[in-house]
Amino acid sequence: MNYTASEMMIVAAARALAGVRTVFVGVGLPNIACNLARRTIAPDLELIYAAGVYGARPARLPLSIGDPTLVTGATSIMSQADLFGLYLQGGLVDVALLGGAQIDRFGNLNTTVIGDYARPKVRLPGSGGACEIAANARRTFIIMRLTRRAFVERLDFVTSPGHLAGGDSRARLGLPGAGPALVVTDLALFDFANPERAMQLIAIHPGVTIDQVRAEVGWNLRLADHITTTPSPTPEELRVVREELDPEGIYR
Amino acid sequence: MSDKRLSLRDAIARYVQDGMAVAIEGFTACICFAAGHEIIRQRRRNLTLIRMTPDLIYDQMVAAGVACKLIFSYLGNPGVGSLNAIRRAVEQGIPQPLELEEYSHYGMVGRYIAGASRLPFFPLRSYTGSDMPRVNPRIRMVDDPYSGAPVAVVPPLNPDVAIIHAQRADVAGNTQLWGLIGSQKEVAFAARRRIVVVEEIVDEAVIRSDPNRTIIPGLIVDAVVHEPFGAHPSYVQGYYDRDNQLYLEWDRISRNHQQVVAWLEEWVYGAPDRAAYLEKLGAERLARLRPAPAPAAPVDYGAYQ
Repeated sequence: MNYTASEMMIVAAARALAGVRTVFVGVGLPNIACNLARRTIAPDLELIYAAGVYGARPARLPLSIGDPTLVTGATSIMSQADLFGLYLQGGLVDVALLGGAQIDRFGNLNTTVIGDYARPKVRLPGSGGACEIAANARRTFIIMRLTRRAFVERLDFVTSPGHLAGGDSRARLGLPGAGPALVVTDLALFDFANPERAMQLIAIHPGVTIDQVRAEVGWNLRLADHITTTPSPTPEELRVVREELDPEGIYR
Repeated sequence: MSDKRLSLRDAIARYVQDGMAVAIEGFTACICFAAGHEIIRQRRRNLTLIRMTPDLIYDQMVAAGVACKLIFSYLGNPGVGSLNAIRRAVEQGIPQPLELEEYSHYGMVGRYIAGASRLPFFPLRSYTGSDMPRVNPRIRMVDDPYSGAPVAVVPPLNPDVAIIHAQRADVAGNTQLWGLIGSQKEVAFAARRRIVVVEEIVDEAVIRSDPNRTIIPGLIVDAVVHEPFGAHPSYVQGYYDRDNQLYLEWDRISRNHQQVVAWLEEWVYGAPDRAAYLEKLGAERLARLRPAPAPAAPVDYGAYQ
């Protein structure tokens, strides 16, 4: 069955949520991946949205993460003071999905500016909740397209902390959450399971070569001991994405 | 009970002056576009605009030249892309430069809470390891007086005026809001003046029948405005859907300043009030935004003699 690289990325992110109880859902790709997971591999997954929603059961895939479909039928609606204070800072978020314009080898993310902060070449949206989500979620998964422009040696701006300078630097600063555990891209998967907490290649998607991945990473990429090939999307995964979640093909 | 009803025109004329710090809150839901458009029409200048997510309304207000500064936490067209007019102001100074003061979401919430409860600052577990404190000196790290460990703090924020859109209120401003409540309560209590804009004015008895839903008491409300569909193209839970079509179209319109000026001419300056704007939109488009009903099971508060 034919599928696009974006669909492979969405499916791979959804599969990583198997067995997860609570997920903090971000705008864009994370939104579709979390909704796919709940409709396939993780039926007990509770969706938490920054808008102040716990246990969302969206009937349609919302364009924004504050859509009214997130409210109707949800378990609880709360103020953002409660959402960030009691749920996120209170330690109730198992996994948060984040994205960004730039990522470095330690999973630090930039969503603020390209270029100098005072005279930006591109002004990006900024933190939203990402800065505190990256600090407080028990683990974060990062989902973004693999390109040399995005996977850079040095970020123009650190919006959200990953493993900072690597090693135990994150723990030493007292950040409550464990930080990035997984990076899902359209070509490959990476984790940080080494003492340096440096991004390492763990899987390539079908038809992708390691050299292709290396060419899109702006530093000397570390390889895990065993590199696997991601199983292709199943017909059912593709059906849910195409027919239920993204009928207009916005994320294709 | 005093009757605080005003027309939107009179409420803005009375409470929003040049140079003020103005907060039109509402997280995706209940964003009072009607008030933003009225501020543009009355040609206010040098406003500091405050909102967690500036959204299309502040993109339009910045393009119209009402603002010199923005205090915010997420500068995007949610699910679509950039706020192009604000980007133009920041990157190219068109139509005028815009100073940015940025926080994370929880930092903004904390600023409202500190402002509302007259605290000197609000501590939060955020900003550690981030460059945000480096570019915003108002975000500081202090030592926890108990453990000695560093903790981030943000200062109180007290807007001169907050504009809150909601489902319903009585004439005294006792306001009920459901669906996403965002940070509407916190910003209302933090502000010095509050304008409430509602889909429906109801009897005090309706409010008193369901006191858990009263987010803002009339005690702190200065003006009550009745403006149905006043949050379009954002939405009001149970009343109308988000008009995503306009959010998508805005991405194209806002690519070019002249197109934005033409849009403002047609939809804001060219429509003397909200009724004229709604008439331009057309009854058919508004009808399409009405959701099917999904009422809550009733709750019983009990009668205690």
